[in-house]
Amino acid sequence: MIKTKFNYDYYLRKNTLPHIWCPGCGDGIILKALLRAIHKCGYSKDEVVITSGIGCASRLPGYVDFNTIHTTHGRALTFAIGMKMYKPKLKVITISGDGDALAIGGNHFIHAARRNIDMTLIVFNNYTYGMTGGQYSPTQPLDSFATTTPFGSIEPPFDVCSLAQAAGATWVGRSTSYHAVQLEKFMVGALTHPGFSVLDVITNCHISYGRRNKMKSPVEMIKYQKEKAVPARSAENMSPEELAGRFKTGVLFETKDKPEFCGEYHKKLELLKTK
Amino acid sequence: MSKNIKLMQGNEAVAEGAVIAGCDFFAGYPITPSSEVAEILSNKLPKIGKVFLQMEDEIAALGAVLGAALGGAKAITASSGPGMSLKQEHIGYASMCEIPCVIVNVMRGGPSTGLPTLPAQSDIMQAKWGTHGDHAIIAITPSSVNESLYETIRAFNLAVKYRTPVLLLTDEIIGHMREKVVIPDKNEVEIIDVKLPDVPPEKYNPYNYTSGKVTPLAPMGEGYRYHVTGLIHGETGFPSQKTDVIQNAQNWLIDKIYKNIKDIEKFEEFQTGDADILVVAYGSTSRSVRQAISMARAAGIKVGMFRPITIWPFPEEQISNLSKKIKKVLVVEMNMGQIILEVQRAACGSKVYGLHVANGEPITPDQIFAKIKEVSEN
Repeated sequence: MIKTKFNYDYYLRKNTLPHIWCPGCGDGIILKALLRAIHKCGYSKDEVVITSGIGCASRLPGYVDFNTIHTTHGRALTFAIGMKMYKPKLKVITISGDGDALAIGGNHFIHAARRNIDMTLIVFNNYTYGMTGGQYSPTQPLDSFATTTPFGSIEPPFDVCSLAQAAGATWVGRSTSYHAVQLEKFMVGALTHPGFSVLDVITNCHISYGRRNKMKSPVEMIKYQKEKAVPARSAENMSPEELAGRFKTGVLFETKDKPEFCGEYHKKLELLKTK
Repeated sequence: MSKNIKLMQGNEAVAEGAVIAGCDFFAGYPITPSSEVAEILSNKLPKIGKVFLQMEDEIAALGAVLGAALGGAKAITASSGPGMSLKQEHIGYASMCEIPCVIVNVMRGGPSTGLPTLPAQSDIMQAKWGTHGDHAIIAITPSSVNESLYETIRAFNLAVKYRTPVLLLTDEIIGHMREKVVIPDKNEVEIIDVKLPDVPPEKYNPYNYTSGKVTPLAPMGEGYRYHVTGLIHGETGFPSQKTDVIQNAQNWLIDKIYKNIKDIEKFEEFQTGDADILVVAYGSTSRSVRQAISMARAAGIKVGMFRPITIWPFPEEQISNLSKKIKKVLVVEMNMGQIILEVQRAACGSKVYGLHVANGEPITPDQIFAKIKEVSEN
């Protein structure tokens, strides 16, 4: 348990900076919220493991002083599961982009949720494959533009939170890189939840996504996040027409009724011991 | 002391060997003809407080194995043809990040879905070259159920010692047949354990490309915080695009295996002393060769066999030396011609013949004897 005053420097690997993210990118805001949240939870640096896949967001682990694993594209959750099952006391967090988590890693996403293993997945959801030049991702809104949807996207996007809940995750929330204070609060909620928690963070890639969709500056994209976010409670009283093109924020689902996989497995081991 | 002798299946022997080696973790995905390895370990591992996981796919299985191995586990997965194609992504990651693990490939015919479930030895080149990029690999080809047990233990040892994925290439014949196995006590076999580094965390670098020594992989969560990435990285583990760092890293991945080939190699020579013909065979095929050799010798043809047990790195030196005195070499393998390419390269000066059968059936002693006769008359 850390009782010291919060200090970003304590958690950053300063010799690995500057980071690769473009000026104005939302990923840094999420990184800072994550460090504040980890500090609030009181985890020691040695007990935290962060795995990530491939993409801009997945470079995050390199910059932070924990046990960090920058894995393969889409597969970060599989490494996380192996680590958690072998060392249940560790606090395992996975960082993933929308393409990483939901396209190439979609299978691992739904199965981690189904198992309800005590880990946290944070999806940096910027609707695009930023690192490879702005191709369309599985969360890109209909009719929007990407380098591979020059005539507008006709593929319906995934709703990360609905998918996570349907697949069995027991804590599901959404925030944005605009709502930095809320983001930190939700991260604490996700990290301390005893089950699989998924936090969908809408963030901005003005370079690869915004420029093609009339939001070429970070300010315009941050405004988009502010204006399109609808707190879940307010959304209850809104019509589908009013909600069109907007997204719900908040802790959207939470239950402690479903057994947690890692704990259940190790309980079974204890039972076998006594036999 | 009475020996612990059991009749068991090859896949069972692999599972047994894994437990003796101190395996902490298995993750796999159902596929024949390797299923029994998973089924048996799903029973054995929980009983000794270890982890068994059935994952959502083959890629996830090796991902989980590597995650556990970074935590310090001795970890294993088992698969076959189509599964091995999927696993290549993480075999590359394990090579690049130098994460110890054992990958069992109970070979069946291919390509694609191929022959479930009939034997083949057609993944020999995949074992070496399957994943992209330059790297070296260790692969082992046991030829009996008993050897499967002992070679599984050796595979774990080599994985830990050289921080590398080790492939155990059995095949449907070895995996499914039943034979006598002498089960060793733990103190009768060498077992190399995962160790903490001998330097304190603040002095620890997860990689070392220049000293010639393999740095121990610190189990995560024990105070050694470091970074692992599939990007080319320097000795600190952080990505680098400096040309000297890149070249050092590339050299190291190959050198750490090839400069230690004397420690890694393992082979058997059978009646090569007076031989006029040398048969090169591995795995289940070598069993038919042994029979064919006694048939040939009874007919007055002096034949011997060289059997690689470690097939990668390939025992070039031995083949080269043998070919200096034995001028005819016959390679027998259950594929359309794979290890013969290595033999041709190593046995320059000798005439190299091939017997390649890939029809889902074992190659019989009669087929091999007929080919030996043909070679001897040539």
